[in-house]
Amino acid sequence: MDVSGLPVERNARPYLIGLGLALILTAIPFALVATHALTRLTALIIIAVAAIIQILVHLGYFLHIGFRSTPRENLVAIAFTAVLIIFMVGGTLWIMFDLYYRMMV
Amino acid sequence: MTSATMTDAPSISSEKYEEKAFGFWIYLMSDAIIFALLFATYVVMLGNTAGGPTGKELFSLERAAGETTLLLLSSTTFGFASVALAASERSRVLLWLVVTLALGAGFLFLEYREFSGMIAQGAGPDRSGFLSSFFTLVGTHGLHVSIGTLCILVMIGQVLVKGLTTPVVSRLARLGLFWHFLDIVWVAIFSVVYLPGLL
Repeated sequence: MDVSGLPVERNARPYLIGLGLALILTAIPFALVATHALTRLTALIIIAVAAIIQILVHLGYFLHIGFRSTPRENLVAIAFTAVLIIFMVGGTLWIMFDLYYRMMV
Repeated sequence: MTSATMTDAPSISSEKYEEKAFGFWIYLMSDAIIFALLFATYVVMLGNTAGGPTGKELFSLERAAGETTLLLLSSTTFGFASVALAASERSRVLLWLVVTLALGAGFLFLEYREFSGMIAQGAGPDRSGFLSSFFTLVGTHGLHVSIGTLCILVMIGQVLVKGLTTPVVSRLARLGLFWHFLDIVWVAIFSVVYLPGLL
């Protein structure tokens, strides 16, 4: 903690670990698309899983979000944002694709 | 990232900077919601190509990989600048900020070439609903990176002129949050837009 009220990293190690993990999690989906090695559905699932893990890697190693180190109100803000995003994005896709199938098919 | 009118007087308590950091955090969260809804719009519009080109014909895997690499490296080098900042090593802070600036500018150059190439071949945002949503989503991210790059330039100037005073350090901390946040949005962009589009 210092002036920002957020955890401050004094060591370059987390950034290097984050970079390594992010490179691996980027290389896997890009290689899948370049080689077309798997079926479309399997590839899409792997892309989604790699993206979610990579976002967690970024949050942990670049933004240093931790359940102990990050102030509670910042964690509450993240959780609230995640809930809003799930409702709004999930709701939008549900309504719009439901509408599409009812009207176009 | 804040108003330039703030003075360097030591009387300002650290509580004030903590409030600024929390306010900036709330801004980032609201920005995340804007991006999430642009993603939702993009997915809804994905099939509405109006007989125009699809992502498969327009996107390039090599260029997307290049943009991803530049942005990921720039996020890491900003991290190195933050580490140097925690150790109060001014010249190292400047060095890593300049490297970050160069990588950010490289990303913007690639994206500019991509957009201008698409518009030149008649696949601009006016061509179809799919392309409107593509340019809105990726363009909004590009606008954020442009503003971030400009802010890095301003902060290089502030570190040069003012040194590592408390307000400068707190501004750099918030700019770092912003920059790492933009890399997270980019992870979602290549996973939702480029890779499924080219699959």
